Amino acid sequence: MRLLDRNQMALTAVVRYPLRSSMLLVAIAIGVAAVLVLTALGEGARLYVTSQFNSLGTHLLFVAPGKNEVGGLGGIAGSLGGSPRPFTLDDVRALGRSPYIATTTPMVMGTANINYQGLERGISVLGTTHTMKRLFDYELNSGRFLPELDLDNATPMCVIGDTIARELFGNAEPVGKWVRMGDRRVRVIGALSQGGQTGGHDLDEAVFVPIAFAMQIYDTESVQRMMVETTSAESMVKAKKDILDIIKARHFGHEDITVMDQGTILDTFNKIFLVLTSTLAGIAAISLAVAGTLIMNVMLVAVSQRTAEIGLLKALGARRGQIIGLFLTEATMLSLLGAVVGVLVGYACIELLRQVYPLIDFRAPDWAVISAVLMALASGLLFGIMPARRAADLDPVEALAGH
Amino acid sequence: MIRFENICRDFKVGDEIVHALKDVNQHIEAGEYASIMGPSGSGKSTLLNVLGLLDTPSSGRYWLNGRDVSELTDDELAATRQKFIGFVFQSFHLIQRMTALENVELPMVLAGVAPAERRDRASQMLCKTGLEDRMTHRPDQLSGGQRQRVAIARSIVMEPKILLADEPTGNLDSQSGKEVLDILEGLHAEGLTLILVTHDPVIGQRSHLHLRMTDGVIHAERRHQQRLPGDDSHAPA
Repeated sequence: MRLLDRNQMALTAVVRYPLRSSMLLVAIAIGVAAVLVLTALGEGARLYVTSQFNSLGTHLLFVAPGKNEVGGLGGIAGSLGGSPRPFTLDDVRALGRSPYIATTTPMVMGTANINYQGLERGISVLGTTHTMKRLFDYELNSGRFLPELDLDNATPMCVIGDTIARELFGNAEPVGKWVRMGDRRVRVIGALSQGGQTGGHDLDEAVFVPIAFAMQIYDTESVQRMMVETTSAESMVKAKKDILDIIKARHFGHEDITVMDQGTILDTFNKIFLVLTSTLAGIAAISLAVAGTLIMNVMLVAVSQRTAEIGLLKALGARRGQIIGLFLTEATMLSLLGAVVGVLVGYACIELLRQVYPLIDFRAPDWAVISAVLMALASGLLFGIMPARRAADLDPVEALAGH
Repeated sequence: MIRFENICRDFKVGDEIVHALKDVNQHIEAGEYASIMGPSGSGKSTLLNVLGLLDTPSSGRYWLNGRDVSELTDDELAATRQKFIGFVFQSFHLIQRMTALENVELPMVLAGVAPAERRDRASQMLCKTGLEDRMTHRPDQLSGGQRQRVAIARSIVMEPKILLADEPTGNLDSQSGKEVLDILEGLHAEGLTLILVTHDPVIGQRSHLHLRMTDGVIHAERRHQQRLPGDDSHAPA
C-alpha cells in the first residue's frame, strides 16, 4: 500500500466524522494552546524583569555587606543576616574616591508610620542620596528630590510617594508641610508621580529620606545596600576590584562585602524564570496527556464504528500492518491538526494578552512551541497504538457481520 | 483446486461447543460452478468462510491450489486471499464515501498498484459488469443490482482464481438477481471457479456441482452437466 493512499484513506475518515474529529481537535488544541500561553506568561515575566534591570543602565555594580561565596541573589540575602563589621558611610565615602567610580548610592531601608493632622499610615522608608534619582529617573508631581547633601547630613526632609500624598493631603499641596515619622518631625520637600517602580518596590507607598536621617531613625551605622555607577562599562572590572581592595584595607584585611554586577543578577533571575516557565509548561503538558487518553477513546469508537469496513479490508487482503498503519495515521493526523489549531489559538491568546498588558512582552519560547507540537504528535501515536491493534486483531468473519 | 480433508470447525457459544463443520471432506475442481444450499445454521456460511480463508478450521487440512493453507499466519492468509480469492457478499459491503470506481480500486490500493494502472483496470471491470456510465456514482446513488455489480467488479479486479459469493442475490429483486447471476455465470464461463451459497433453488439447479448441508455435514452431492427444467428435487425441505 502506498503512503499517499494510506494518508488519503485516513484523511477521508477524519473528514467523514466531523463531530468526532472536531472534539478531538479541541482537546488537543486546548493542551497545545495552554502550553503556549503559560510559557508565554513565564517568558513575558522574565523579559519584563530583564528589561527593568537593563533600564538601570549598563554599568552598575551592586554592593552588599557580608561575604557570600555563592554569589547571585545570595549576596543580597546575606545582608539580612548582618555583618560582623558595619559597612559605614565612611566606607562609602572612601569608595567614592576611586577613579573608576562615578557615583555611589547607599541605601538603608525600613518601615515606619507617617502622621499628618491625625491621619496615619504605614510606609516603607528608603534612606538614600540624591544620586538615586540619577539612576532611576523619577518624575515628581511637585517639589524636588533629595538635594545633594553631605553623607552625614541628617536634615529631616522627605520625598513622598503618590498614594501617601493623596491619603494624607487629599488635593492639598504636600510640599512644605511638616509630617511626623515615628517621633520626629520631617518636612516634605517633594512628591513623586504615580506609578514609579524600583526593582520591585512600589514607590507610591514609599518615602525617601536622607540616608543619615534614616540611620538615626533605625539606630544603625551600617549601609544595607549600595549601587555603584562606574565611569564606563569598561571600568566595571577595575571598579569591582577597587571596591574589594578598599574595603579590605579599611576592614583590617577582611573582604566582608559582596559585589555583583547586573550580569550575575540577571543570570540568577533568568535561571529562576526558566524553572518557573518549565514548571508551567509541565503543568500544561499534563492536559496534553489527558487529551491523549481522549485520542485512545475516540479511536476505539472509530474502530467499532468501522468494524464492517475493517472486515472488508481484511477480506480484500489487507495485512495486519496495513490496518494498524491506517488507524495510526488517522490518530496522528488528528493530533497534528489539533496541534496546528492549538498553536494558532495559543498565538491568538498571547496576542490578546499583549493588547491587554502592553507593558509586558508576552511570547511563547520556541522550545515550548516545538515540544508542545511534538508531544501532541507523540500522544497521538502512543495512544493510537492500542485502538489500531484492536482493529488489526478483529476476526474478519465477525467484523464483516458488523459485530 | 480445493481439497478439504476432515475439516472441523467448532465454536464455543456460552458453555456449549457448537460443531459448525463436522469432518467435511470435499474436492472442488478448478473451473467448477458449485452451489451450497441448506437450512439456516447448517454450516454453509462457515464452510464458505473457511473456503475463503476468512475463518480457520479447528482441525483438518485444507489444500488450496496444491498448497496446504491450514497452518498459515494471518498475514499469509491475507496474501493468499488477495491473490486467489474474490468475495461477493449479500449486503455488498461497499464503502459509502467512495465512488464506484474507488470501491473497485480498493483491493489494488491495498496491493500497492500504481494509481494510473488502478484506474484503468477498475474501469475495465466496471465496463465488464455494465456500469460504464455509473463509475463516479456513490453506492447510495445506485440501485441494489448496480451495487452488487460494483461489488462483483471489485471481487474480480485482482484476477482471482476463485469467486465466493454468499447469497449474492439475497437482497435483490428477481430481475436484478437474474442480471447479477448472469454476470457471475459469465465469469465462470471465462474460467473462474465459482462457489455460491444460496437459498434459491433455481440457482442451485443452474450450478454444476450441488452441495447440500445439514448440521455441519455435506450429505448430498449431485452433479448435473446441465439444467434440468422442472426438477425441483433440490428445493429446501
